[in-house]
Amino acid sequence: MDALVLVEHDGGAADEVSLQALSLAAAYADGAVNAVVIGAGADEPAGLGGVATAFVAELDGEAFAPDAWAAALCGLIGRLAPGVVIAAGSDRGNDVMARVAARLDLPLAANCTAAQPTGDGASVTRVRWGGSLLEEASLVGSPALLTTAPHAFAEAPRGGGAAIERFTPALEDGDLLVSVREHVDAGGGGVSLADAAVVVSGGRGVGSAEAFAVVEELAGLLGAAVGCSRAVTMAGWRPHSDQVGQTGTKIAPDLYIPCGISGATQHMAGCKGAKHLLAINGDAAAPIFASADYAVIGDLHEVLPAISEAIRKARQS
Amino acid sequence: MSAGVERGRGLPARANVVIIGAGIVGNSLAHHLARLGERELLLIDKGPLPNPGGSTGHASNFIFPVDHSREMTALTLDSVRQYRELGVFTECGGVEVARTPERMQELTRRLASAKSWGIEPVALPSPQEVGELVPYLDTSVILGGFHTPGAGVVDSLQAGTLMREAAQTAGALTVAAATEVLGIDVEGGCVARVRTSRGDVEAARVVICCGVWSPRIARMAGASIPLTPAVHQMIDIGPVPRFASSVGVEFPIVRDMDTNMYERQEGGSLEIGSYAHRPILHEPDEIPSIEESALSPTELPFTQADFEPQLEQALELMPEIVGDESVGVKYAINGLLSLTPDGMPLLGETPEVRGLWSAAAIWIKEGPGAGRTVAELIVNGDSEIDVHGADIARFHPAQRTAANIRARAAEGFNKMYGIVHPAEQWESNRGVRWSPFSERERELGAVFYEVAGWERPHYYRSNEPLLEEYADAVTRRESEWEARWWSPIINAEHLALRDRAAMVDLSAFAIFDVAGPGALDVVQRVALRQMDVAVGRAVYTPLLTPGGCFRADLTIMRLAEEVFRVVTGGAHGMADRKWFADHLPADGSAQLHDQTSALCTLGIWGPRARTILQSTTGDDLSHDGFPFARARTIEIGSLPVLASRISYVGDLGWELYVPVENGAALWDIVAEAGAPHGIVPAGIGVYGTTGRLEKCYRAYGFELDGEYNVVEAGMAGAKLKDEEFVGREAHLRHREEEPAALLCTLTVDDHTSQSGVRRYMLGGEPILTRGGEPLVDRRGRRSFVTSAGAGPSLGRHILMSYLPGEYAVLGGELAVEYMGERYPCTVAAVGATPLFDPDNARIRS
Amino acid sequence: MNVLVAVKRVPVTGGRIVLSDDRRAIDTRHLGFTISPHEECAAEEAVRLVEAHGGASTVLTLGPPEAEEQLRDSLAVGIDRAIHIVTDGEEWDPQATAGAIVAALEAERAAGTDYELILFGNESADAANFQIGARVARALRRPFVSGVKALALEDGAAAVRLEQQAGAGRDVYRVALPAVVSVKEGLNLPRYPSVPGRLRAKRKPLETRTPERPAARLALRSLSLPPGSGKQARILGHGAEAAPAVVEVLAELGLL
Repeated sequence: MDALVLVEHDGGAADEVSLQALSLAAAYADGAVNAVVIGAGADEPAGLGGVATAFVAELDGEAFAPDAWAAALCGLIGRLAPGVVIAAGSDRGNDVMARVAARLDLPLAANCTAAQPTGDGASVTRVRWGGSLLEEASLVGSPALLTTAPHAFAEAPRGGGAAIERFTPALEDGDLLVSVREHVDAGGGGVSLADAAVVVSGGRGVGSAEAFAVVEELAGLLGAAVGCSRAVTMAGWRPHSDQVGQTGTKIAPDLYIPCGISGATQHMAGCKGAKHLLAINGDAAAPIFASADYAVIGDLHEVLPAISEAIRKARQS
Repeated sequence: MSAGVERGRGLPARANVVIIGAGIVGNSLAHHLARLGERELLLIDKGPLPNPGGSTGHASNFIFPVDHSREMTALTLDSVRQYRELGVFTECGGVEVARTPERMQELTRRLASAKSWGIEPVALPSPQEVGELVPYLDTSVILGGFHTPGAGVVDSLQAGTLMREAAQTAGALTVAAATEVLGIDVEGGCVARVRTSRGDVEAARVVICCGVWSPRIARMAGASIPLTPAVHQMIDIGPVPRFASSVGVEFPIVRDMDTNMYERQEGGSLEIGSYAHRPILHEPDEIPSIEESALSPTELPFTQADFEPQLEQALELMPEIVGDESVGVKYAINGLLSLTPDGMPLLGETPEVRGLWSAAAIWIKEGPGAGRTVAELIVNGDSEIDVHGADIARFHPAQRTAANIRARAAEGFNKMYGIVHPAEQWESNRGVRWSPFSERERELGAVFYEVAGWERPHYYRSNEPLLEEYADAVTRRESEWEARWWSPIINAEHLALRDRAAMVDLSAFAIFDVAGPGALDVVQRVALRQMDVAVGRAVYTPLLTPGGCFRADLTIMRLAEEVFRVVTGGAHGMADRKWFADHLPADGSAQLHDQTSALCTLGIWGPRARTILQSTTGDDLSHDGFPFARARTIEIGSLPVLASRISYVGDLGWELYVPVENGAALWDIVAEAGAPHGIVPAGIGVYGTTGRLEKCYRAYGFELDGEYNVVEAGMAGAKLKDEEFVGREAHLRHREEEPAALLCTLTVDDHTSQSGVRRYMLGGEPILTRGGEPLVDRRGRRSFVTSAGAGPSLGRHILMSYLPGEYAVLGGELAVEYMGERYPCTVAAVGATPLFDPDNARIRS
Repeated sequence: MNVLVAVKRVPVTGGRIVLSDDRRAIDTRHLGFTISPHEECAAEEAVRLVEAHGGASTVLTLGPPEAEEQLRDSLAVGIDRAIHIVTDGEEWDPQATAGAIVAALEAERAAGTDYELILFGNESADAANFQIGARVARALRRPFVSGVKALALEDGAAAVRLEQQAGAGRDVYRVALPAVVSVKEGLNLPRYPSVPGRLRAKRKPLETRTPERPAARLALRSLSLPPGSGKQARILGHGAEAAPAVVEVLAELGLL
């Protein structure tokens, strides 16, 4: 049984998450692992370890056009008859695979952490609730359509050696109607939440928009991005772009400092990637401490100014 | 198990008192124990501080001081005083509005209660005046209001924090948050240690202040705290344009009494709460953990459908705010609070385990007062505020069952803002305790009222023909309110007793024997009167608090040298039993045997009682052969019967005690023997009210309680025994000093209201000068009606009240305020002199 | 314009999820329910579009009888009418869900109602299958854009401009209506329902459909909680006194 993997890339270099998808494909399929590569810079796909053939789709224009990508995949599926088709559970991966599943009227299991073939499809483990819950499910259909949960699999080695075959997908009318028309860069300034090395977040316990000053002060001293919980966004104290969580931004800093955040599943889904977590909370029984490396028990309005002061002193001396 | 991140951090190995629960009650208790000099206190809570997630954290925090219950009002007033001292009380005033004429009448009753308990100023504003106080209220939907300027809002979390910190500053208190109680060890009937997620703590005194979790914690020690968590729905709407610049609380709290709702402004929001929805009861074991809760364990998901009628009603009352499309529902919860079977808190040492105390089922408005009171009880065995109505020992086992708690809590929930008649009966879970006479009583059309689970005939429909017989001598009540839970048959039964004889079912008496070589010491120690009397004597005696006030009044018979039989009212029987049990010697030389369920009691009184009873027995019942205040076993028919010649109705007669299995036979013998003499069955309407009032007999819980002393009650007696007894020192002091007030009996001179209807007071009303000024004794206590009822033989309506010395003058002309009007009354007796048969010739005939 | 928004009833979880005894669902005894966060924004957007451009909004859900609560919640914030595809309480897989929605939309069209814009949440808070919108769009042969965080009508409401988060910036799409869009939280800040809105919600029309549940092709077998972090936090201290220890940790991590 062969596998086909949609590889997302940056100018031809496969994304980490796509390498993770390749790694599942290699484990899942007993036959060849083939890849499909689409978009700007796809002409020279590089470092697709373990891939037999990389099929490079040639489309009019380089802009992301999810229906055209889906058409390309569907065409290859018809031609290669793989037993499994896998993409990364990224925004685009999930989007394109959903369209493939719709076109082929096949089931799709999104964000899998494990998958094995069965007689009539696949047995999968996938994440729910932003990773707070795991689901064992049976998928009935062929090929099995899967996406991989980020960081659930090791990355496939970036070895070379894949044969490259270019093809022009057969598009239906309208497959190019939906495409990216322009890209708007983020307004400059500040540290991007998603990429920040340190994030200091405030929760309901901060109390008001104005009271975030203590959070901002510490963030400023650490060169950190300011985050917040969903309760804060809903209260209108901070913009949604500051929200860390399942439906907000998922962060992966070296140090995450949640202050006055209890640790609801909605929030924890957004900060699982943090390498160290220093929680500040008045409630010693708060769930946040179960995920913390360091704990400060106390009212953030007392603790944060004291820490900021101590940092200033430490830097002066 | 949620010791959380602090698990493993140790606690002190022992504590003087362990307080479980750091809500308003636990913090207050810690503070007051420290203030009273107690040290090595430990306060633990499973949750975080300052808000551990119990009911304090989501309470609406407002306080209306006026309640018809004097005890609850006293706790509330004391709490307000404490909140003020802590600087966390915002006096914003409050208005209770009426939409119906019935509610308008009820508001006049509240005004009377306010005067009785000394809460002033209060007023009954017109709709227009309410509109001036609360400009966003639509005055066209109300008929009027009751304004309490002293109502306010507190910061209960801050109050708790300040009190906790005060105790810590005093070096008296260790605080352990995030500490879960896993068990309470009991050794030899006494508390020994508390086992927690952070280690064991030895302690001989443990207080459970865990609100809705209290039953679960008590069960760990084998004790019961009979409450149920129940839902109170609350929503918060905002931002309200009118409140845009409001800081804190600026407008009066509104209680929309007829819809069981309240509305109050805080900051830019309006909070709307309801007690109108169906009772939603939870199980203490089913409350989610902190980790499982989306908000907190006691802020449960809002059930929208239950609140929808309330939205309509809030919209009617405050259309400007509630009807504003820009104002959103920002927060909505089903908040948990504690309900008990009778609506009163649960204070005091549990009857099951020595050293295990309860301070539960307490709301914000009485939290600090309850904390102070329980601290005083723990330290002094006595409290300034009498809380016998809240004594956790008050319940009979059949009242502590889950079914009873749930039934009564559910029934009581919607009475929260209800118009509750003082004699109103519970409808749920009835028919639990029946006397062996009940079959006969039902045949006679008895109308049963309940006390402590017992079904007691209040009057008998079979006596309706007496109404014709006594015709004009029986007062009819023209007003529906006073005719409710009452019947003229009661007065007719009374007259038949005075004329002929009546038999009264008294099986609800609590009866227990104190027996053993040490028995005399026990009864001598608790009773005011001399108990070292001859075998066969029956002694009526008060029991005193350490402060020389009333703990109980009851009868003790010396059945043998070492056997004393205590007979007391059913309502307070369980608490009285605990009081005796608490005074049993440690060496086991006296024991207490509860006979309540073994014996039934039939009273027979009236001028023909002797003739009737004598016809059933060969024993000598003549005055010489069976003098007053004697008790001995006689044979009635084939039954051995303990007969006691005493009376609470002021007529010749006996209380007859037989084993329950002989009850029906005894009833039949007496009824048959009495028939030719015109005996009638009489209910508790006679025994508990009309009979005793004519005789100026006092009743515990009405005239007698922990806030009035024996001298004030006119019950000191000439001689005082030499033996030591509880309250002796204080009592001696009271005998020396001029009493601040004296218990008097008054009669109403004119019953006719302005509308021409004759009205009859029911109790609790303020006694005023004819000019309408309240009477205040030198201890600051107001005069109010402790008991009210008919005196059919006198043809007068009788009131009892403590009056300051200068007013306690025979013939003194005073007034009683009732339903917003004043009625003239006159002091008819000062002290215990009976109005009817003042020489007690009948009893001693 | 006619806007339809599809919402899902999901529990409001706390800090710890508890599973039912059969491990096929979350134990919701103590939990309230809400609309998935992305869909709350979708409903808000539908209300705003109709407020700005006229027309009518409809909310649709597929769920147990209790999901009427979420429909009423949507009606309370200004949606005009509701369609409830009532299920037996079992979870429907994505294909079954999409199929039932398509059938409902076809019935709507047969009855004379067509929707220029159909809004979905990008993924539900609980199951997170990421595919209902795509399936419905495909069945209706309409353009579909996922993950939208900004939406504006263009060309006299003949087209819509859509922004999708892409790295630190935004990708912009323009599609002609009718279209299907799945949105993400952050699209707008949903309003709270007003009391009059709540009361009106009770009286707004709600139609029900009760299709048969097809066999699942992505069948849930069981749920489990992921293994805990196994972390035991080091307590740096209580209150302000913890500050020096925090600074030490920051220094250890090279962040000073």
